[in-house]
Amino acid sequence: MAATGKKVMVTVRRAPHGSIYVQESVEVMFIFATYDMDLSVVFLDDGVLALQKGQDTKGLGIKGFMASLGALVDWEVTNVYVDRQSLKDRNIAEDAIISIGKDDDTDAPIRPKVLDSAEIAKMMAAQHAIASF
Amino acid sequence: MKISVLIQEGPYNHEASDSAYNFIQAALAKGHTIRGIFFYDDGVYNATRLMDPPQDDRHISKRWSELGATGIDMIVCVAAAKRRGITNEVLVPNIRISGLGQLASMIDECDRFVTFGD
Repeated sequence: MAATGKKVMVTVRRAPHGSIYVQESVEVMFIFATYDMDLSVVFLDDGVLALQKGQDTKGLGIKGFMASLGALVDWEVTNVYVDRQSLKDRNIAEDAIISIGKDDDTDAPIRPKVLDSAEIAKMMAAQHAIASF
Repeated sequence: MKISVLIQEGPYNHEASDSAYNFIQAALAKGHTIRGIFFYDDGVYNATRLMDPPQDDRHISKRWSELGATGIDMIVCVAAAKRRGITNEVLVPNIRISGLGQLASMIDECDRFVTFGD
């Protein structure tokens, strides 16, 4: 199918709960990953809240997607980034965000890579398409 | 230029759907091609034939259906639609239900991808 390897970015900018956008963005990530696209995912603005540990949606009565985010690497979604300033603005430590999978060899957790806004802007400029959630 | 469009908001409550429609009309008038239009999130509500706005208001799903009649590929996401009760039975003509893979294809096969959301 989509075999041109075009660069596609999914940005997650909204808070994880209170609307369905982030959940439906995760579905997009997984589908895009099955296509031969050069996919990157960036969490920024309130979207970084989705990477906080210990979230439990039982009280909200919704399915939640934390398990999916924790397994992104298994689905070959490996280019995952977080905006440093967005973490800082929300008082989330860079080493406190969830892992998105484990290294096959060392079993070490893989975390989204923290980047400065300027680096993210540069990446955005190089994309063929950006889908924003 | 070949353009694909993603619409993430429902009709009437939010301007995104109107903006997308106006953008597409302007792009077509300029001679561009619309590779496809993909309805996602609450955007799937744009395609229901059950909507029945007052006569002096715009009929959004009819408008989309007429655009689809010109041959533009118009897709409603199956997963987002199932959540919201949008089935083949309630779709306007010229819009079909399919998967997110179609969104990937639309992105793959366009020069520009434009999102209309909140």
